[in-house]
Amino acid sequence: MGATGRDGVPRLAVWKFASCDGCQLTLLDCEDELLSVAARVEIAYFLEASSAAGPGPYDLSLVEGSISTPDDLERIRHVRRVSRRLVTIGACATAGGIQALRDFADVREFASVVYARPEYVATLDRSTPISAHVPVDFELRGCPIDRRQLLEVVAAFLAGRRPVVPPHSVCVECKARGNPCVMVAHGTPCLGPVTQAGCGALCPAFNRGCYGCFGPMESPNARALNRQLRELGMSTPELVRVYRTFNATDEPFLRAGDAAADEAAREAGDAP
Amino acid sequence: MTHKTVSVGGLSRVEGEGALTLRVRDGRLAGLELRIYEPPRFFEALLRGRAYTEPPDITARICGICPVAYQMSACQAIEAACGVEVTGPLRDLRLLLYYGEWIESHALHVYLLHAPDFLGYESGLALAADRRDLVERGLALKKAGNELVAAIGGRPIHPVNVRVGGFYRVPGRRELAPVAERLRRALDQALATVEWAASLDFPDVEHDYRFLALRHPGEYAILSGSVATGDGVGFPVWEWPEHVTEEQVPHSTALHARLDGVAGYLAGPLARYALNSAQLSPLAREAAAGAGLGPVCRNPFRSIVVRSVEIVHACAEALRIIDELTEPEAPAVPVEPRAATGHGASEAPRGTLYHRYRLGPDGLIAEADIVPPTAQNQARIEADLRAVVEPRLDLPGDELAALCERAIRNHDPCISCSAHFLDLHVDAR
Repeated sequence: MGATGRDGVPRLAVWKFASCDGCQLTLLDCEDELLSVAARVEIAYFLEASSAAGPGPYDLSLVEGSISTPDDLERIRHVRRVSRRLVTIGACATAGGIQALRDFADVREFASVVYARPEYVATLDRSTPISAHVPVDFELRGCPIDRRQLLEVVAAFLAGRRPVVPPHSVCVECKARGNPCVMVAHGTPCLGPVTQAGCGALCPAFNRGCYGCFGPMESPNARALNRQLRELGMSTPELVRVYRTFNATDEPFLRAGDAAADEAAREAGDAP
Repeated sequence: MTHKTVSVGGLSRVEGEGALTLRVRDGRLAGLELRIYEPPRFFEALLRGRAYTEPPDITARICGICPVAYQMSACQAIEAACGVEVTGPLRDLRLLLYYGEWIESHALHVYLLHAPDFLGYESGLALAADRRDLVERGLALKKAGNELVAAIGGRPIHPVNVRVGGFYRVPGRRELAPVAERLRRALDQALATVEWAASLDFPDVEHDYRFLALRHPGEYAILSGSVATGDGVGFPVWEWPEHVTEEQVPHSTALHARLDGVAGYLAGPLARYALNSAQLSPLAREAAAGAGLGPVCRNPFRSIVVRSVEIVHACAEALRIIDELTEPEAPAVPVEPRAATGHGASEAPRGTLYHRYRLGPDGLIAEADIVPPTAQNQARIEADLRAVVEPRLDLPGDELAALCERAIRNHDPCISCSAHFLDLHVDAR
């Protein structure tokens, strides 16, 4: 790809929508690589790190955060127009994030809980991923994203190839790391079998069940896992909550959460 | 000059989205609003109906810069509701984790966000082109903090190993040994940072701040304590709602806090230092004295020196804890839910962070209230801005904007907890 920057150096932009800043901070957390990355690309727009805000177009835009306000609906279209490649980073940009829990509630009621004058607050009924609004070239998952995967995405872009980001489940990473299975060894409920790898199987390495912060893997079998989770003692409301957390509106987790919610409603109806 | 309109994009080198509006009438400042337009994410609403075990994971997502602060305030509030106090080696491990976040967050602010203001660069990366040694020292410090957080929490951002009652697994001595090794180097780098920061040129500004910070009988308060102010008000954390009220202003999605009805107090490093500096570790006290800080620092530009001193303290204390650490009996103490309300507060790198939860008998959250440091500081930051801007209204727009940004950055605002974007708009008629 012919680059647009000074001396043919590719120009990088980092954008923020509704988010916690953690995914873009991941770039600054590449302490050993940051200065060499900065030497290979022109960081043209990255307000968390720099006052220099160069105009577009940009060769690579990293987009953090979800779309949740009327202004952001317009801004994401602008970002797409000025970006040759657009990569979303993290669960908010890729799946709507924790703030998408409003999708299951009445956002005006939500606003009235937090703000005395909710009419001052401009917000949309739903928190949606970037791909709901503009074409996206690649989606990097995680809440937050993994530092090594971010470096792979930037390196792949510089080399003009697809990033190598495995679509398999956390279970594969547990095996690779030599973690004993927390479900088998400790009877701890774990979303690892349906969650995309990338974190390095962190939670199981700390004797904790995966809580799905990287979102669903390719073709997960949540139904089979749910039987196992129930045997390990998870209640239906707990199943609803575990799917409805950081990637609640990502399709496979949405279906699993909705199915559990329907069942919870039936259980509540059957109760004496 | 009665007509002036200046609009400048970019409050950069802070976390979050905000804008500043100056209204100038007949050459006088008629109004000033720091407008925070960070999209609202409604955490206090979405926490309702979640289990009492979930706030450490959920509220961490309010801020990627200080997730540990959210986890610690959340855990302590819930434990208070359930009548549990975490003590001994588990508390030491929490402190250790928190020191890691202080080192990381302060090193980020000192070197990558704040230093460029003093040295005339647009970013830490631009600074690195001329002063690679300096920026590499900052990155090494930052990395030491991140490695400490990761060793205990699993990863630097949104750690996975924190739970109500303690941890899922306690890291062994073997896992902490390489971190201690890096911290020993970090301590030297932190001392060099204080010396360097003290040599910067500071604008001659002092404000009559009303400080608020936690105070703890046994330590320079970070994890817990009671609330103290510079004018002698003190109260336990559970009385927070009686003293601190939040009000909404039309121009901002962050709420403004008032202390006993008065707006404009300051939380953060200047407040902690003014109230608690006698409890700093000996090395940090010595470094502060060497930097000429005195007992109270009222110049917000010199907050970079105070943050550097706090890095020294965090490194020294972290090393002491690792050295003296004993193995806890279990990675967590049991916490059984009950219908009750609990309050928790800790010192996030940028100031006091308060959480309150009301739990139902089923262990689900009925009500949540979170008061982040930037909401507390917003009115005071506006006052700083007024003081900086008022005598300089005839400066060219870009110089005025740069000065405003510096005045804001002094307080390391987290506008995600709040400004990636300061649009300075001067409306003059």
